[in-house]
Parts: sequence; C-alpha cells; structure tokens
Amino acid sequence: MRVTFILPGPLHPVAGGREAVAVEAAAARLGDALTALWAVHPALRDRVMTEEGRLRPHVNVFVGRDSVRYTGGLDTPLADGAEIAILPAVSGG
Amino acid sequence: MVDIQEISPRAGDVMLMVGTTKGAFFFRARLTRGRWERGGPHFAGHAVYAMAYDGRAGRRRVWAAPESSHWGSLMRSSDDFGRTWSGGDEATVRFPEDTGKSLQRIWSIAGRDDDPQRMYCGVEPAALFESRDAGSTWSLVRGLFDHPHRPRWEPGGGGLCLHTVLPHPTDPNKIHVAISTAGVYRTLDGGATWRTAHRGVRAEFLPDKHPEFGQCVHKIVRHRDRPQVMFLQNHWGLYRSDDEGESWADVAHDVPSDFGLAMAVHPHDPETVYIVPLESDQFRCTPEGRLRVYRTQDGARSWEPLTRGLPQKDAFETVLRDALCTDRMPQAGVYFGTRSGKVFASTNGGDRWRLVADGLPPVLCVRAAVLASSRRPRA
Repeated sequence: MRVTFILPGPLHPVAGGREAVAVEAAAARLGDALTALWAVHPALRDRVMTEEGRLRPHVNVFVGRDSVRYTGGLDTPLADGAEIAILPAVSGG
Repeated sequence: MVDIQEISPRAGDVMLMVGTTKGAFFFRARLTRGRWERGGPHFAGHAVYAMAYDGRAGRRRVWAAPESSHWGSLMRSSDDFGRTWSGGDEATVRFPEDTGKSLQRIWSIAGRDDDPQRMYCGVEPAALFESRDAGSTWSLVRGLFDHPHRPRWEPGGGGLCLHTVLPHPTDPNKIHVAISTAGVYRTLDGGATWRTAHRGVRAEFLPDKHPEFGQCVHKIVRHRDRPQVMFLQNHWGLYRSDDEGESWADVAHDVPSDFGLAMAVHPHDPETVYIVPLESDQFRCTPEGRLRVYRTQDGARSWEPLTRGLPQKDAFETVLRDALCTDRMPQAGVYFGTRSGKVFASTNGGDRWRLVADGLPPVLCVRAAVLASSRRPRA
C-alpha cells in the first residue's frame, strides 16, 4: 500500500530537503507507514516520536483531515493513496 | 529568515556562550574583554539550556543542546564556532527502550579534565549520561538510574532535572551530581553505585526538614585545586562542605536572601564564590529591585554585595542556575545573564560590571572559554 507523508518546513532538512515522501507500507496502519518512513529518513523518527514510541505531545498527525489523536493513534487505519500530514501543534511561547 | 551572524574567534580570545529560550548566542572579545562581538542566533526558536566548551586534546569544540517544544532535544557540537553543527540527525542522547522514559531536556554538559574522551550530561527526567568518545555516543549511567530512590524523586519548578555534574578533577571514580528535587548524589566507583551527599542540607518545603532525600539543591560548585571543599546554593540555604559533600554547614551570613539559583567559583581562588540572591521562592527576583552579585572571599564566612555597574533601582531581575560563570583569565572574568535578556561582564573579579548585551531572549545559561591556539583535534 502506498501512502504519502507531507512534512512541515522544520523537518525538510532531515528528509533530504523533501516536502513530501511517498512510502510503501507493509500494512494498513499509521504505525506501519511511519516505520516505512523511518526506513527512508531515520532522523525523522526522533523528531516525531519519543523514545517510548509515542507521538510527541506537540506534534499533530492528520490522515486526510482527521487528527489521529481521535482515530486510533498509531493504529489509525489507512487507505491506499492516503495523504498523511505531520504538523507542529499550535504551542510554544 | 533568521540572519545568523558568524564570528571567527582567534587564539587568546575570550568567548561567551549564551543559551536563551530562543537560541544560542556567542560573544567574542580580545584579552582585554572591552568590546564584545556577537554571533548567532544559532538554533533560532529553540531553547538552549546547556552549552559547554571542550578545549581538551587540542579541540575547539562548542556544545549546545537545542530543544524544540515540537521536535525534541538534541546534542549538537561545532568545531568552527557555529558555522556548521554536527548531531542534527538521530538523537545521540536517548533513554533505552526498557526504561520507559523519554528525554525531555538536556540540562548540563561536562567533560572530565583528567580524560579528554570522557563527558557527561545531565538530563530531565533526572538521569546521567556518559560518553567515552568525546561526545560521539552516549549511554545511560545505569547505576544512578537504578537507584532505589529514583521512583520517588519529585520534580521541582523546573522539572525533575539532573542539572549539575561535577566530575572530580583527578579521580576518575568520583562524580557528584545535583538533582532537583532529590539532592546531591555521589559515586566513588565511576558510576556503578551512588549514595546521597547532602547531610545537613534542609528541605524547608517538607514537614521533615532533613529527609533521606528530596532536597531541592539548585547548584553545587567546587574549585579544581581543592575538590574536597564544595559550596551549595539551595532552595533556601547556602552551604559549605569540607568533606566532599558528606556533610554541609549553613553559611548564609550577610546576604539579603539565602534563596537563589546560580553559583560560581573563582577560577584561581578556592575561597571566592559568587551568588545572586533572589527574594524568595514565591518572588524569584533580585531583592529590593537591586541587581547585586554577592561574593565571598573567605570561604563563605562573609559575603559582600557587588554593585558597581549594575542597576540598583527598578531591577527586578532573575538569574537562573546556569547563567553565572567565570573564565580562567589571570584577571578573572565573571559573567551572568538575566531572564530579561541582559548579559553582564566583570573583568576584575566582580568589582565592576559592564553590560555586554541587552534585548536577548531570556537567558538560560552562560559559559565562558579562553581559546587556546588551534591544533588538530584527536577526536
């Protein structure tokens, strides 16, 4: 299954300068697609996930228009061709 | 786009490394330290709680720990004063999976004087990491992480942080660390086992004023030539130890408040120590609106205010725990930064101060280095 990650500007330098990265996921879950993304750009993992394997608290991931916080987190189901946006939350000071 | 100003320090220059809530700045001056050239901001938008300079083994390496509230913390280094930085890919300081912990913040970076390959960093949640390859790779010091007290350590106002690492200057087996809120812990066997070293230090905020652990130690310092003597700025209380931290005596005389965060020792005189008292834990500002550094020159038997060149009216300033330091020049420099974004310098041991910078983001840490001539680093 092929999905496309859309990356925010601060992550472009650790993704070879790319704004979008298409990956082949082994299974139809967000967690599998992220694993495929880390395989292509390993440095993205530490930006998006904690060592405990959770999404960082101020990073939002959307599948289409839906935040995965409300659709099952890393177990969020994916459809072939899904667009997954990784975005910084509105936070900071 | 942030315009990053680059600097090119030369041998003999003094360099200040200033970490702020919004990035890292360098300030470079010649020996006289009369005029400071600014570099940066590096890591714009990132909080930089820890910086360090590694001049060991011919290196001229700057360390910084930028932290993004979105993307996490990294340990970065530069061998060209910020033109290029390494360490921007995968995190080198990370908790092993079995710990169930994630790195929140890197609070301190320290090298061993007696081993140019050995470094330490203290982090939040409170833990110590060690590097044996000059910072290329880091591993958790399990002896401290597995300490039976650790599950009951409580976070202070700044989080549960291991903020100070004091390796013994000559004995590779001895390390002291300070943790808020847990206290002082020390190892005599290179990190395998640890025990508390804060007997006599009060926990004013607990029903039991002398608990086994839980003291909120804000900073500990010692002089490399007399490592058995240590000084401690507590969450209420100033202390001195003459037995490497085994026991502590209160030495808060002649100060407007014994509450404070920062403390630094003179580079050449083990009896001279600097602090910046704050009003209280409820009002963490300089008392009476006067920005005063206090200095002892007799091992904390007495303290004197240093005010020349510092604002003595309407100056409700805060100096954080790592925002006060000294350099190693023969005529010692003393430096500090404030949460209002000012950096002050004294080139005569604190007798007179000058403003180096104003309008910076809130200052989190200040470190000073005197640059030796450049040699090819060993690693």
